[in-house]
Amino acid sequence: MTVQELPGAAAYRPTPPPAWKPLTDPAPLLPDPEPYRVLGTDAVADADPELLLRLYAELVRGRRYNAQATALTKQGRLAVYPSSTGQEACEIAAALVLEERDWLFPSYRDTLAAVARGLDPVEALTLLRGDWHTGYDPREHRIAPLCTPLATQLPHAVGLAHAARLKGDDVVALAMVGDGGTSEGDFHEALNFAAVWRAPVVFLVQNNGFAISVPLAKQTAAPSLAHKAVGYGMPGRLVDGNDVAAVHQVLGEAVARARAGGGPTLVEAVTYRMDAHTNADDATRYRGESEVEAWRAHDPIQLLERELTARGLLGEDGIEEARAAAERMAAGLREQMNADPVLDPMDLFAHVYAEQTAQLREQAARLRVELDAEQGQDGTSGAGDGR
Amino acid sequence: MTTAAMAGEQTDKAKPATMAQALGRALRDSMAEDPTVHVLGEDVGTLGGVFRITDGLAKEFGDDRCTDTPLAEAGILGAAVGMAMYGLRPVVEMQFDAFAYPAFEQLISHVAKMRNRTGGAMPLPITVRVPYGGGIGGVEHHSDSSEAYYMATPGLHVVTPATVDDAYGLLRASIASDDPVIFLEPKRLYWSKAAWSPDAPVEVEPIGRAVVRRPGRSATLITYGPSLPVCLEAAEAAVEEGWDLEVVDLRSLVPFDDETVAASVRRTGRAVVVHESSGFGGPGGEIAARVTERCFHHLEAPVLRVAGFDIPYPPPMLERHHLPGVDRVLDAVARLQWEAES
Repeated sequence: MTVQELPGAAAYRPTPPPAWKPLTDPAPLLPDPEPYRVLGTDAVADADPELLLRLYAELVRGRRYNAQATALTKQGRLAVYPSSTGQEACEIAAALVLEERDWLFPSYRDTLAAVARGLDPVEALTLLRGDWHTGYDPREHRIAPLCTPLATQLPHAVGLAHAARLKGDDVVALAMVGDGGTSEGDFHEALNFAAVWRAPVVFLVQNNGFAISVPLAKQTAAPSLAHKAVGYGMPGRLVDGNDVAAVHQVLGEAVARARAGGGPTLVEAVTYRMDAHTNADDATRYRGESEVEAWRAHDPIQLLERELTARGLLGEDGIEEARAAAERMAAGLREQMNADPVLDPMDLFAHVYAEQTAQLREQAARLRVELDAEQGQDGTSGAGDGR
Repeated sequence: MTTAAMAGEQTDKAKPATMAQALGRALRDSMAEDPTVHVLGEDVGTLGGVFRITDGLAKEFGDDRCTDTPLAEAGILGAAVGMAMYGLRPVVEMQFDAFAYPAFEQLISHVAKMRNRTGGAMPLPITVRVPYGGGIGGVEHHSDSSEAYYMATPGLHVVTPATVDDAYGLLRASIASDDPVIFLEPKRLYWSKAAWSPDAPVEVEPIGRAVVRRPGRSATLITYGPSLPVCLEAAEAAVEEGWDLEVVDLRSLVPFDDETVAASVRRTGRAVVVHESSGFGGPGGEIAARVTERCFHHLEAPVLRVAGFDIPYPPPMLERHHLPGVDRVLDAVARLQWEAES
């Protein structure tokens, strides 16, 4: 851009704003232009074979979990299930990269990450079955409640990580969000707080192509979602989200950096949601079969299976063993989910306040009367015994 | 610890003269007593808050305990959620009432619900301080009364002091509470001295209890926060007319003290609810309904409301026409049409 000189401007010597200097050098923060890959590249030589085999078993189990949970929605056992089929590499890597003392902040699609971190498969589905909201104690598992509002759990991760650091604990928080979630204000505020506070947080964006039906190109005009990091003063990393070894490595480096006091990192994992948004969504309205097929050829389990097979680390027996273990998990899940949950309607009032207000005590008494009347009518305690 | 005992701890220093000083003292004493109490917000550190409520805290306790945050209300409250999840007791300052709105999603979806969502496993002891209401000549977005929004959200306590002692005691109790508290500070009372607060008790009632600030026999004025001085003044003025008004200060909107309010109205048989937030869909409707349900056979007249008009908060040069003053309260009292002393 050129500035036209005004008559008499020669006498005027413009100077820069007095205190201006760059706060951060942007160059080291920029992501690589291509998503980072390990499988099928030279980088795979550095990967630990034992870790790869563990990741493989978890991927197979995770795929089976997604299939079983989807089947449970068709049987009416789950109210809804947002499947992460196709995205298992992100889910598994996120769970396995953390130490026990670290915290995971999952979104509603990240049930699998919570299960891979050790949460009971049935407890993880409480929200989606509809018997309560969060079926586990977040402190016990260091897994925040599965978060339905978009990106609102990200500032929680920042606050928790910040608090841990203030207390002198070397705890890292890993927060998961989708591509659509990066448009929300809470995404911005969380990243900004994390960078300013140098909080030990890792943000994992699973870019699966669509926010329900809206494609990435209508979501952002940024070069990539990883590029958004630069504006906050944190490094952005771009990774192939279907390459579990690559996701694990990149997240591992980010976690190590956070733990060492280096501050937050934004990781964008490029992946694809093979199923619809949920069982209530019709994905054929917004994407073609050829696109889905192209991603099917880049399946996370197949990528790893080919690598392990080619290197002689995995044979037919190993594959069969992983599948059998996954089947056992699915059978257990099916069996447990086929039992009707026993609910106590009086729990409606139990967890609103530490101490019930007089108003809630009154309302609880009213419900008690209704329940007793119901019981009197049918002679059973179909609504739970309430004690 | 009782609030009375907490109030007793300040004997080594002069008693706070203004509500602003009492609030600052409450923050200081809470932080000194409990290392998990952290104050955060925009300008709360070096500046001491735009109302100077947090003055000196950063100096005394360090930037980590009293933290200037980026300017982002959702981020401030969202970070406070995470801090509370890790065992801290965050006290958040929302600089002005209308500046709190960006944080509403965090408040409603997370702060209010976390205990419930997790079946009681994860309570959030967060105090959100919101300077609220008009009467200080603020331009738009600086004078809202947002209490109805907070009251309509189960899981939150909504507390609003009207006296210097309550400012101290209720804030201490709010910070000590294991539930989230919306602490509404009537900013036009920040600098009012304790003088108008008649014989304010040193012992402060806990959260959830209303108090009778002035006993009377002919009607009850039910009020809170910035409208308490208005009602007390109206009650004094009404004496000349032969009206003996009882004034109830709610102090806490959630939980609501039905007992104290109903007992008063049963004694007097007449009630006027007074607040400065808009009347339609406002706190007064809820309060009038509760009073009617409990006291119908004792009532000699319908429960009336004196509230701000149903308009967006007006510009400062017109706000005196909007805010319920003594005359408007007395007009309502006259409409109760009682036969004096009968």
